[in-house]
Amino acid sequence: MTERDHTDRTPENVPAPAGEVHQVGVRHGMFGTHGTGDTSGYGGLVQAIAFPGDAQRPYGGWYDEVADALESALVESRAGDAAVEIAVPRVVIHRGEITFHVRREDLVAVAQVLRDDERLRFEFCSGVSGVHYPEDTGRELHAVYHLLSMTHNRRIRLEVTAPDADPHIPSIVSVYPTNDWHERETFDMFGIVFDGHPALTRILMPDDWPGHPQRKDYPLGGIPVEYKGATVPPPDQRRSYN
Amino acid sequence: MSQDMYAGASETTEGRVFTVSGQDWDSIVDGLGEEADERVVVNMGPQHPSTHGVLRLILELEGETVTEARCGIGYLHTGIEKNMEFRSWTQGVTFCTRMDYLSPFYNEMTYVLGVERLLDIEDDVPEKAQVMRVLLMELNRISSHLVCIATGGMEIGALTVMTVGFRERELVLDLFELITGLRMNHAFIRPGGVAQDLPPGALDEIRGFIALMRKRLKEYADLCNANPIFKARLEGVGHLDLAGCLALGLSGPVLRSTGYPWDLRKTQPYSGYETYDFDVQTWDTADSYGRFRVRLNEMWESLRIVEQAADRLARLDGAPVMVADKKIAWPSQLAIGSDGMGNSLDHIRHIMGESMEALIHHFKLVTEGFRVPPGQAYVPIESPRGELGAHVVSDGGTRPFRAHFRDPSFTNLQATSVMSEGGMVADVIVAIASIDPVMGGVDR
Repeated sequence: MTERDHTDRTPENVPAPAGEVHQVGVRHGMFGTHGTGDTSGYGGLVQAIAFPGDAQRPYGGWYDEVADALESALVESRAGDAAVEIAVPRVVIHRGEITFHVRREDLVAVAQVLRDDERLRFEFCSGVSGVHYPEDTGRELHAVYHLLSMTHNRRIRLEVTAPDADPHIPSIVSVYPTNDWHERETFDMFGIVFDGHPALTRILMPDDWPGHPQRKDYPLGGIPVEYKGATVPPPDQRRSYN
Repeated sequence: MSQDMYAGASETTEGRVFTVSGQDWDSIVDGLGEEADERVVVNMGPQHPSTHGVLRLILELEGETVTEARCGIGYLHTGIEKNMEFRSWTQGVTFCTRMDYLSPFYNEMTYVLGVERLLDIEDDVPEKAQVMRVLLMELNRISSHLVCIATGGMEIGALTVMTVGFRERELVLDLFELITGLRMNHAFIRPGGVAQDLPPGALDEIRGFIALMRKRLKEYADLCNANPIFKARLEGVGHLDLAGCLALGLSGPVLRSTGYPWDLRKTQPYSGYETYDFDVQTWDTADSYGRFRVRLNEMWESLRIVEQAADRLARLDGAPVMVADKKIAWPSQLAIGSDGMGNSLDHIRHIMGESMEALIHHFKLVTEGFRVPPGQAYVPIESPRGELGAHVVSDGGTRPFRAHFRDPSFTNLQATSVMSEGGMVADVIVAIASIDPVMGGVDR
């Protein structure tokens, strides 16, 4: 790989205008040491954790087709209902995967259009995966849906967020019945309440389990293990690299 | 009523509760008395009478007819996804291989593909590593389908099917042991390639296996395909059509038994599957018998792929099996010493006696690991049970920020209700066996 010449500012070498970068937190220091004991000087490092920014039109390939079809279908589906305004989803394209960031109040309408519109036809939902970003203030809980169009052989991702203080996201079981268990699992693991789910109960953990284990503020657990006189702390308390 | 020290018959708001363990069914009939014509709710399990794992079925019966069927899962939940957040990216493979214990290579593969996409090294993985991955995955498909057919046969009382199924599976596990060192939990597919090269003599063993399986697979067809008892138990049982499959998110042999040739190896190929010659197997009955035939035919197709992969490996003797990027590739090479397998002595001599920099590099990469740029990836693959995908999220650190597995067993098991309600109790077992759920993957 050749080193890029950063002094060359001819148009083809100027990077495309990046959209807003999504910062979801900061990383402090290195080598996992805090307070005393760090003589490396790296302990003072502060780095932003930045996720890929918004894509700019044209997206290229079939991404534009899907984005156009989604926008026009959303407008059609709400024609005559001026009271409801649906925001056009933000789009992130990273490593060849396209993600539509949807407001949670639009999720069911967007999913319905994605499944039914003949230009979209995302008839297969691969379930929902929760992610907890404790430092992404106001949008700590993310629900990520992977949709597959077998008709057009395309895959997209939907991402919806909710704050920790109000962990509610509408259920899309009415559109994709397969999400029944997936939403129960995400509720079980993250405490995201999927409004409109037919029976939102725990599925993997026991019914009376306190807390939601996959959240970042939930400890891994474990006990120190003694081996040949030395003690090995549990994995979440060991010195770690961040 | 037999004495049960943990649970005797008792009255609850739901009615009278009985505990039976076999040979004492009369006690229910006697105990129910005049209420005998009312509905009965039966807890089947949590010990499922088979090797699918610990599954609890809650059945509401009217006579022998199932009116409602629900699954209780979670008995094998081990927090693998949570644990992976506390280990390096490479160590994550060691955890996820244990999820669906009948198809370990697929668990590793989908996770590793996600990591490689985030690292942007998908095109840098050497050809030999890709061929070895395909070879191991297709051998794994054979062993997994063999267990499905074997335990499915056992559940309907066909014990010969079970014994021959496990006999052949043992041959595949021997190959795994030869190539990876382990019969299961291999942690062999690593970000950037595979853990080590093929051992000497492996290709001959694989060729011998292919020749033997060509003979043995015919026995399954002779034993089952037209067997009137086998057909009577399977045909028309657990019916689920294409619309039902898509609504409930079912994939794999269940989806293909409806006649829809959806196979990610063909439609969204990875690891160079587009360069192999094989056919997608379908059936048109959408029932348990169709799923059995799809699996049987898929084993033949897998043998074809294994044969092609073996031919390619013969040409790739000595080629690298790990990316060239030393910042990602595992530094040490394994070798067999007098005390078993461990780091090769040449490597130890190099880092301990020759190069301080090599020692630092080894130490950093093994203890700290590599960093993966922030982002998320989802690269599903066609596992023996359907679409298996890992949603891998990185925050730019040395450990996964989140790894979520979309396991096909978990999703497909949702179809239990649709497949078994309205049928007989005995058909519930057949319907579930035709889904082929592995509870290690369901509960993770």
